[in-house]
Amino acid sequence: MLAMHAPDGFLEAPVAIVCAVIAVAIIGYGLRMASSQLDDNRIPLAGITAAFIFAAQMFNFPVASGTTGHLLGGCLAAILLGPWVGSIVVAVVVLVQALVFADGGLSALGYNVINMAIVPAFGGFALFLLFRKFFPRSASGVIGATALASALSVVLAAAAFSLQWLFGASAPVPFDTVFGAMVGVHLLIGIGEGFISGLAVGAVLASRPDLVFGAADLDRKELADRTPVSARTFVIGGALTAVFFAVVVSQFAFDDPDGLERVAEDQGFIDSARDHAFGSGVFADYATSGIGNETISLAVAGLTGVALCALVGYGLFRGLREARSRTAQV
Amino acid sequence: MTTEPTSTPIVVVRHLGFAYPDGHEVLHDVSVTIEPGERVAILGPNGAGKTTLVLHLNGINAIQQGTIEVGGLKVDASNLREIRRRVGMVFQNADDQLFMPTVREDVAFGPANLGMSADERNRRVDDALAAVGATHLADRSPHHLSEGEKRRAAIATVLSMDPQILVLDEPTSGFDPAGRRELTELLATIGLAQLIITHDLPFALQVCPRSIILSDGRIVADGPTHELLADTTLLEQHRLELPFGFDPTRIPVGNVAHSDPPPST
Amino acid sequence: MSSGHHHNLFIPGSTVVHRLAPEVKLVAVFAFVIAVAVTPRRSIGSFAVDAAVVVVLFALARLGPRTVLSRLAVVVPFVSFAVLIPFIAGGPETEVLGVSVSTEGLWGTWNILAKAVLGTSASIILTSTTPVAEILKGLSRLRAPAIIVAIMSFMFRYLDLIVDEMRRMRIAMTARAHDPRWLWQAKPIATGAGAMFVRSYERGERVHQAMQSRGFTGTMPRLDTRSASMREWCAAAIAPIVAIISLIAGFALT
Repeated sequence: MLAMHAPDGFLEAPVAIVCAVIAVAIIGYGLRMASSQLDDNRIPLAGITAAFIFAAQMFNFPVASGTTGHLLGGCLAAILLGPWVGSIVVAVVVLVQALVFADGGLSALGYNVINMAIVPAFGGFALFLLFRKFFPRSASGVIGATALASALSVVLAAAAFSLQWLFGASAPVPFDTVFGAMVGVHLLIGIGEGFISGLAVGAVLASRPDLVFGAADLDRKELADRTPVSARTFVIGGALTAVFFAVVVSQFAFDDPDGLERVAEDQGFIDSARDHAFGSGVFADYATSGIGNETISLAVAGLTGVALCALVGYGLFRGLREARSRTAQV
Repeated sequence: MTTEPTSTPIVVVRHLGFAYPDGHEVLHDVSVTIEPGERVAILGPNGAGKTTLVLHLNGINAIQQGTIEVGGLKVDASNLREIRRRVGMVFQNADDQLFMPTVREDVAFGPANLGMSADERNRRVDDALAAVGATHLADRSPHHLSEGEKRRAAIATVLSMDPQILVLDEPTSGFDPAGRRELTELLATIGLAQLIITHDLPFALQVCPRSIILSDGRIVADGPTHELLADTTLLEQHRLELPFGFDPTRIPVGNVAHSDPPPST
Repeated sequence: MSSGHHHNLFIPGSTVVHRLAPEVKLVAVFAFVIAVAVTPRRSIGSFAVDAAVVVVLFALARLGPRTVLSRLAVVVPFVSFAVLIPFIAGGPETEVLGVSVSTEGLWGTWNILAKAVLGTSASIILTSTTPVAEILKGLSRLRAPAIIVAIMSFMFRYLDLIVDEMRRMRIAMTARAHDPRWLWQAKPIATGAGAMFVRSYERGERVHQAMQSRGFTGTMPRLDTRSASMREWCAAAIAPIVAIISLIAGFALT
């Protein structure tokens, strides 16, 4: 589950097909963008950076006391190469893993490409641009924005998967259970992803800052600025985001009668007639939480969907603009 | 330019200058002429501009100052395809040169870009592989070749384009002594003009009758290799060092592996 | 040792399955996997037929149970999720071994298990009998976007080199007693990854120069002219056609 190379049959066929169509459309459009935007030298570059992402996914880093994780790299690729080339590169990695290594189902390619390439690249890049607005224009600002955006891009991908599950669940597991578990687990994975991605971008900035697409707007002086002033901003930003996500997730995602569900239940108790109608004990509780779940599911799904679309859309939009301005320069 | 076709130099570089956008000057007023069949070594310390110079010969680096002609044809954006056919560039790292899944496909890459028919292409590929003794490697993946085999394959990838001059960047780097000797022998059998960047002074002495010393972007010496290598002051000034115990003056000029006459074509 | 076979699933051979043209195999595997993916979970008969097809192909391709099982291991994380489903799913319940579980959940487990195993098996047949270079040729003969095929081709060419470089970097770290156990000790690994990116990028630039030097102007030349015969197409069509017939039969019967 962690690597999200879903096998065949994980989601129902219609959702798999819709996802495949969306993935093909976005990547196909991206190919056109990438080939008109950039000259031919992107082909070997894209291929070799795809090999780099693939290799990076093979190597483990320690997380806590002997347990290990590995990089997913979607957001990192977008920050280094731009969201278009980045998403194509990671999509190729996912394609190759399915086609040549039997890792990830062939009929699951559509949603695997969306969750592992498109959402992390465009959503992550949008977050990156957002965080950069709050961070100082300096190398450390870029590193901080990379770390936060990469961490959250993994959570976004988990949310995207949950959303697909809502429409194409192959088993009657409620959306909020899947959402809670996916987002919770991937918040933890995201910490590692963010830490490694941020430092990796830092290392690139130190030796070849011109290779970092997401820092192309910085001049030499700003790039040399590695003052740890932004460490405080980073910690505050990170803490705020974490708190925000923690609140959202705990409010919406878990079956425990707390948060919004608690509110619903309390209201249920106030409404004595309804309470009586259902009787007391386990059944009533089950029914109430069932109703609560349904409304909340829809609310969460709606919110997640809107947020995801907004982020991915924003990333696409910015990607387009960057592409246009680059073409204009050439 | 009405010289006799037979005496047309293969490469004429006149007053070449090159600087990075930040103003750092890499090449300054470089002029070189190379005759058909000549083998010339380019010597010089790291950062002297050797690779930058040769990347001008086939237009990878755009000319900022001066002119270059290859086989009488001026290098400019309008005739890059023909220029690149004439200049066979063998890069330092064979892994960078061999990027196709198999050796055969790699050797066919250049001819295919020149728009040759499949038959003509196959003939060229077979000839080029045979010329470097790598016919048996045709269907192997470059990743699984030894350094020596990779270098042979890399040379074949440009021979298949029927070049007029071979340019080799550090061809002996990463070689064991036997591999180095085999390469020396191979280069001697190729009758084309050759321009070889190298740090390996004995190798230069063995393969190239003539050497150029490039230092700080300028040509500081151009003459018979055995004379340049005997000039210890010159070598010292430009951070060039002979291996311990190697005395070029004690190697008779006649022992240098002079090129066999080019195969009659 | 370090030649990187760890990720190359191809097993040399000269069986019928090995000899089929790659484009034919690609189409057959895709068709088969899609047929499996759309099979309703309750058509157990259809799944049985599909499984029989897979087993026959394993035998034809001379792939032993040990090879197959070790390669099926990639589905384990998802299957372990699938096994949890009956315990967390809602709806009517049945009792299995004294434990009450969701009936629909059990079907969900079965559905994921069957499709994941069958789909992965089909992929394993493709990857075990077709070298990577052939898969790429197959894709380009099927008119897959040339840029994607080219990117894949470069990726394979340089993957082993990059993995070897990363491994050497890790060994160099270990040699200096770097043995991280916590995330915050992983900084050298992260900066190493950054350095690897720079090296990969610079290699990309050099490769591009080498390509330009041989007349490359942006489109990869088509080097291969062979294409599959009608017989090959027919032979390879058997597996997906059986799967589709069993799928339709399954629909008709339920």
